[in-house]
Amino acid sequence: MSIPVAYITRALKLLRGEVFVLPSRTIVLLVGILLLIFPVFSQEPFILRVLILAAIFAIFAASWDLLSGFTGQINFGHALFFGVAAYTAALLNLNLGLAPWATIPIGAITAVVAGLIVGIPCLRLRGTYLAFATLAFPLILLGVVFAIPRISGGELGLQGIDPLSKSRVISYYIIIPSMIVLGFIMWKITDSNIGLIFHAIREDEVTARASGINTTRYKLLAFCLSGLFAGIAGGLYAHFVKAAGPSTLELLLSFQVIIWAVFGGIATIYGPIAGVLILYPLTEYVLTRYIAVASEAKTLIFAFIVLLVLLFMPQGLTTWLRDKTEKICPRCKLQNVAWRKKCRVCTAELD
Amino acid sequence: MAANIIVHGLVSSGIYALLAVGFSLIFGVARIINLSHTAFYMLAAYLIYSLASAAGLNLYLSIIIAIVIVIVVGTISYKLLIARVRHHEATTLIVTIAIAVIIQEALLKGFGGGPRSIPKLISGSIDIFGVTVLYQQFLTFGVVILLLLATWLFLMRTKSGVALRATAQDRDVANLMGINVPRMEMLTMAMSVGLAAIAGALVAPLSVLTPGMWAHPLVMILAVVVLGGLGSLQGSLIGALILGFAENLVIFLAPSGSFLKTSVALTIMLIVILIRPEGLFGIRFEEERG
Repeated sequence: MSIPVAYITRALKLLRGEVFVLPSRTIVLLVGILLLIFPVFSQEPFILRVLILAAIFAIFAASWDLLSGFTGQINFGHALFFGVAAYTAALLNLNLGLAPWATIPIGAITAVVAGLIVGIPCLRLRGTYLAFATLAFPLILLGVVFAIPRISGGELGLQGIDPLSKSRVISYYIIIPSMIVLGFIMWKITDSNIGLIFHAIREDEVTARASGINTTRYKLLAFCLSGLFAGIAGGLYAHFVKAAGPSTLELLLSFQVIIWAVFGGIATIYGPIAGVLILYPLTEYVLTRYIAVASEAKTLIFAFIVLLVLLFMPQGLTTWLRDKTEKICPRCKLQNVAWRKKCRVCTAELD
Repeated sequence: MAANIIVHGLVSSGIYALLAVGFSLIFGVARIINLSHTAFYMLAAYLIYSLASAAGLNLYLSIIIAIVIVIVVGTISYKLLIARVRHHEATTLIVTIAIAVIIQEALLKGFGGGPRSIPKLISGSIDIFGVTVLYQQFLTFGVVILLLLATWLFLMRTKSGVALRATAQDRDVANLMGINVPRMEMLTMAMSVGLAAIAGALVAPLSVLTPGMWAHPLVMILAVVVLGGLGSLQGSLIGALILGFAENLVIFLAPSGSFLKTSVALTIMLIVILIRPEGLFGIRFEEERG
């Protein structure tokens, strides 16, 4: 058998054994494919713009989930990472003329440093105190940004940054695959031992420490990883909208990311991504285009939708759906479709 | 200059203290971080504006009506929305943010984004040490002190106050002692939004109303309650004094101070809680109380 055929059969086996067994994974695959082939159906710049921004915010929301959903260190100031990376990328691009492929990684690294700067002092804080302390960081920086308009551009922000590419379709094909790949990486991280330790820290930090886990190190790791992914999102955002303004640091963005993530369902990674991919196009495109809602009412409707969904699904949309369609095998802890009688792997009876 | 800082510092500290005490109360009793707290304060200010300026009612009457409406709206939203999701911490946050956004957007739709102002309760001013002090500023400060005293007396001297503090200390035991915990929470929510509404009524004549006016005080009261220690009333008061004065010192003394005032206040908050993670008057191991 030739090598390509072997690879294809292996891929098909993986698809049949791991993806098609669960409706949720099939949906994820379908959405991914649909997003990738979307420009075949429509290349309308506005729709592409909405989808690109949704993808950027999806990375951002997932990175919040990686930190706050998994380790339980509720971060009220997540916009800090986004804004720091956006401003770094913009400053490097404008002053040194670096291209996007250089500014975005450097911006992300700056966000990691920001993660350390926030993380180290906040290690002593817990719960509500931590949340309010993290809230302060982006707002402090925002005040500084306003106070030095000659460097930061003040209220208007930094304008005239190089775009990712001249054509919007190419930008689409840079950002959508990045979202899919980064989302997959984050999901893999949370699915590994590190993710398990993050869960343990959220559930009971003292017990985790008693089990020999250096929780301090893992909490810092969570801050850095989260900063890294949020930073990539921030850099992509700056280069896509060709500007980095105060809105990337504002309280509203920090709250917005929590809304998206909680709406989708925290501690899942795919939940926040789903939350953004549903809510952002809904408010930016569907409501204004098809239902002809006046643009000033769109935030109002957004808030009502979030409120209603959370009243009936307090743990978020995807968590609710997952609990309805899947159950976990009592013996091997694998996910199974809810209507199966026996586990798909170890054939134990599902209750 | 110094007198200016003292006058403005006292007024903004007073408002922050009033808001922070209400915020602490509902946090202490029901363990709810009510991010819509200052939205109710804004709602009260706008209601007074619409009743007094648009509908032409008497100013005192419209203040009373506004406070009653805000208390009703606040308790209803607590009962219907917040209480249902309060066991999910993150969801509670989002629900309260959603309430705040709904209030903001409704006001934006009803009144537009432009600034509004309402007449002062008592006009006129007096010169003290060369600084013009408005009578309204005196009134604001006086009412704040009276209300804080009244709240303190209520909590320390009345039976309901004791029940409320007992609920804050331990819900389950309070329940076993025959305290109606859900009713205590409703009462606290009513008190909390009531204090916010009065703060709104006091601020409205001194500043301009915009639908975004809730964000800055929200950040400040979060900083105040953390600085003072969550759930501690004297902590909230001291925290409000520190941050209110810090803000006004920066505004009057530093170049481009009005941009940096929040930064400086929040930096002070951060430094304090890094040295004392439980805040100035907070209880250590706060989360271990039920």
